[in-house]
Amino acid sequence: MKHVLETKEVAGQSPNYLVAKFEQLVDWAVNSSRANSLWPMPFGTACCAIEFMATAASRYDFARFGMERQAFSPRQADVLICAGRLPFKLAPVIRRIYDQMPQPKWVISMGACASTGGIFDNYAMVQGIDTIVPVDVYVPGCPPRPEGLLYGILLLHKKIKGESLFDAERRRDEQPLDAHGLRMPPEQIDEVSEPFGNSIHQFRSS
Amino acid sequence: MNPSVDALRTTFGSAIGRALDVRGDTIVYVQRERLPDVMRWLRDTPGHEYHYLVDVTAVEYRDRERQLEVVYFLRALHRQADLRVKVELDPAGDLTVDSIVSLWAGADWLEREVYDMFGITFRGHPDLRRILMWETYSEGYPLRKDFPLRGRFSRAEQVRQALNISPEANYSMEELSIADAYDELPADMRERLRKGERGWVQESE
Amino acid sequence: MSKRTVELELATPGLDAQGAPTRVPLALAPEPDLGGEHLLVNLGPQHPATHGVLRLVVELDGETVVRVIPHIGYLHSGFEKLGEYRHYNQIIPLTDRTDYLSPMANNVGVAMAAEKLMGIEITPRCTVLRVIACEMSRIISHMVWLGTTSIDLGAFTPFLWAFQERERIYNLQEMWTGARLTTSVTRVGGMMADIPDGFVEQLREFTRTYPKTLDEIDHVLTRNAVWAGRTQGVGVLTRDEAINLSLSGPMLRASGVAYDLRKDKPYLGYETYDFDVPVGEHGDVYDRYLVRLEECYQSNRILAQAVERLPAGPINVDDPRVILPPKSRAMSDMEAMIYHFKQVMEGVKAPVGEAYVGIENPKGELGNYFVSDGTAKPVRWRIRPPSFINLASIARMAEGRLLSDLVAINASVDIVMGEIDR
Repeated sequence: MKHVLETKEVAGQSPNYLVAKFEQLVDWAVNSSRANSLWPMPFGTACCAIEFMATAASRYDFARFGMERQAFSPRQADVLICAGRLPFKLAPVIRRIYDQMPQPKWVISMGACASTGGIFDNYAMVQGIDTIVPVDVYVPGCPPRPEGLLYGILLLHKKIKGESLFDAERRRDEQPLDAHGLRMPPEQIDEVSEPFGNSIHQFRSS
Repeated sequence: MNPSVDALRTTFGSAIGRALDVRGDTIVYVQRERLPDVMRWLRDTPGHEYHYLVDVTAVEYRDRERQLEVVYFLRALHRQADLRVKVELDPAGDLTVDSIVSLWAGADWLEREVYDMFGITFRGHPDLRRILMWETYSEGYPLRKDFPLRGRFSRAEQVRQALNISPEANYSMEELSIADAYDELPADMRERLRKGERGWVQESE
Repeated sequence: MSKRTVELELATPGLDAQGAPTRVPLALAPEPDLGGEHLLVNLGPQHPATHGVLRLVVELDGETVVRVIPHIGYLHSGFEKLGEYRHYNQIIPLTDRTDYLSPMANNVGVAMAAEKLMGIEITPRCTVLRVIACEMSRIISHMVWLGTTSIDLGAFTPFLWAFQERERIYNLQEMWTGARLTTSVTRVGGMMADIPDGFVEQLREFTRTYPKTLDEIDHVLTRNAVWAGRTQGVGVLTRDEAINLSLSGPMLRASGVAYDLRKDKPYLGYETYDFDVPVGEHGDVYDRYLVRLEECYQSNRILAQAVERLPAGPINVDDPRVILPPKSRAMSDMEAMIYHFKQVMEGVKAPVGEAYVGIENPKGELGNYFVSDGTAKPVRWRIRPPSFINLASIARMAEGRLLSDLVAINASVDIVMGEIDR
């Protein structure tokens, strides 16, 4: 609060009223309430979902960070946590679930497969969910430890607290897809899906 | 070598091809045309009674000269006996085998998966649709050796096709009833259904 | 509400004279014809109660399920295709991701299949370590099953107790392999590493205290009227149906078929361990619960024996063509360096042929089928997935029952979509 409020000294009187910029106060209030009670929509597919469940269980417990109620209906959720690999067959499902979430909404891509396709550089796997939905925080790991997911959640809190309600551009990414159905130009999808590193050597089958 | 092989040769003669003993497991090759009879015999004959189907799969070799094999893993639970039955198919020819769903109900999804991954059609299967890929998947049959690891289309095209799968396809009430009544439908309606978007058995890629 | 629904809710008469839960046969009286349409409901693929990305299209007549069509493939990751582009040791990390609830058992399964293909015999210490790995996997898999099934049927607390026990096993797995879930603990011909100091003591402590948690869960669930009412008589499969549907594991045993690969086709020395295999009677969800709960006790028993009999000695087979030499030797000794180079760059070549090995995974019979053409990468890697085959029986089990029974039946199959879809 300190950065938002100032105390004003009026000559002769005690500092008994506080002054703040309206935008900053509103942003602070709105962002804190949003960040501190993010209700996750667990879109758990594979192994990361198990680590997600372990984070929800008693030892690591993300309820202490505000995620008390896991919203299994997207209509009641704030953040979509895609935990696990996303094959092409599941792509329209996650897009539809994302579209069904009311604004404001955020997406955490948990795990290597959700972020980039992971070890599955093949015909069946989406090479990163950011080709389908806009992502706010990427949590690497295969699977990320519960502490890793908690760190990702805290990063999301930080991002939310840095947002501003008065910024017109901030929800631009959340629009439903256009008629072509893609959220980035096809060249960009091909470019981010290109293999790199060791996997370029592993297309020989014998 | 599993003694069922000799009994098979006595009963079916030339329909039984070569038999091998690989690492302690018996493998016997059967001609495609006699497969249902051989399988029924193996399941029902006392002394053999392979009531348990372990797995159904297919193998395509890297060597283009070798045939494509459909492999059936059978087991007689009480006798602890295993038998592997193989049917050879010409990869460039007609990939059709008779279905054994009427003998072992567990073969239902296993054969659907072989169809999905290899394109082998199982005659007589009650519901031969793709099971792992979506039903209107048009890139081909993934586990074939001429199918590249990353698929045939570009990534953007794959994303575009994936986003346009309609998840509700096939499940209106009309379609469920139509599936049941398929055999009673008039021929031209069956043609329209076959060509339509709903992904019935595709005879060509 | 129709009369039949009310009868079901009261079908919890409690205990009989011997103290066992009374079984109430639920007669399915025909629904009065109300002349309405059937309702088509889509469960999933994103749904809290489907245990993964499973889609069930359910045709409902009121609350009664007329037909259920399962749709899978929403987690298809092309494992078998990927396996054709990987060396045998590179396939082992892939197996962690198929059945991610019991990763060590998958690792053992594929390593055993590769060793059968190559004709390798593992060392005694490796054998016992693999038994420890498999039984630890069985415990964690059944704990997930127990936790998620009780949540589906309304009991939240056993989920937390079960996951706390899983954390203790995860500590052990992390101590051994460095990873909680994606362990990759085996290699062809041996293990990735030997168990560290302190592992045996911690495992012994686990086996000493684990039955208490199981007793608590048993106390809360087994004689619980709600639990018994929702699971008894639900999802019945007869013996012959179970065999014909190729079921395996607890699904098969709950229907009365006394078949366990550890007893009937023993591997890894299981015939030398003293344990029982629970076999059910009625083939319903309650029996499957009892079978899995008892299997946890028995796994604990096996773990206690294995820890006592762990022999000293090497964990890897003494074959430099198969096992990587120790790094220090590879840096100094020319021959070791060449072996290291060949194994890493070319992989271990398997002889021409094929091999199938089925092991008793927590979910059922996990089979790995390798076909080799003499190169280092298999021509075909087939995973025989127990959950895939077990799930196909859901249509037969759920038809004619209520929608809430469908949830219980789906939970009782114990599916893991990673293995079903591969």
